[in-house]
Amino acid sequence: MALILFFVFAIAAVLSGICVAFSPFGNNPVYSAIALIMTLFFLACEFVLLHATFIAVLQILVYAGAIMVLFTFVIMLLNLSKEEIGEERLTLTKVVGLVVVLIGLTYQIGRVIWAHKVAPVTLHLTDGGPSNPAFGTIQDVGVKLFQDFLVPFEVTSILLLVAIVGAVVLAKRKI
Amino acid sequence: MINTIPIHYFLLLSAMLFTIGMLGVIFRRNALIVFMSIELMLNAVNLTLVTFSRFRGDSSGHVIAFLVMAVAAAEAAVGLAIIINIFRHKKVVNIDTMDRMKY
Repeated sequence: MALILFFVFAIAAVLSGICVAFSPFGNNPVYSAIALIMTLFFLACEFVLLHATFIAVLQILVYAGAIMVLFTFVIMLLNLSKEEIGEERLTLTKVVGLVVVLIGLTYQIGRVIWAHKVAPVTLHLTDGGPSNPAFGTIQDVGVKLFQDFLVPFEVTSILLLVAIVGAVVLAKRKI
Repeated sequence: MINTIPIHYFLLLSAMLFTIGMLGVIFRRNALIVFMSIELMLNAVNLTLVTFSRFRGDSSGHVIAFLVMAVAAAEAAVGLAIIINIFRHKKVVNIDTMDRMKY
């Protein structure tokens, strides 16, 4: 059952991921944004399969909720026409990039499959679950966050403050 | 047996999504779509982090995924502000035309 769910969500995530980068519906970025929201949702489903409930909820709330609203807001604010979007050209750089990326992907897939051949590892999702029954809950992650990762957490808050100030300074016409 | 999922399935899914995002960055010239492809790559990395976290039974990976989300939010805010600013000056979002630091 879990395996079937994994494949359903994985195939949906990859297909909508392809729609993000190479949208078959047209050049309008709104299609990409909708496809990206779907990808994020299916990835949240994968997180639930991995017992990462807190991250799954956060994925929906922060990514699909906050960041994608920002994206769609900007897309509609710009209201791009055909000539503003510009044309896509195939250059030698892109072909070289494609070859390099595909070589990297093949290498990585080969490494993962080889490592699995040498020492097969399976995740047991239903027989008992993780050893810690609270694994992945808000309490578990929160305790880790405020004990072991306190300094990165505070640095992140400073980063967000800098980003807020930077976004206002950049987007405002006159300060 | 049907209820177990091999760990490398998750890793391969993550690799595929990362590759799709990377190809989007390489091939597309629309700045907004390039940005969304970057978000896709960040999410693929998050999936790897959560997978290994589940594998080791240690939720540190969840914390790092949480921090990655915060960084993605900051990056989206600043990046979209830059795109709006460039669009206001040049009336295009094609990144081939963004070849100067100052106008």
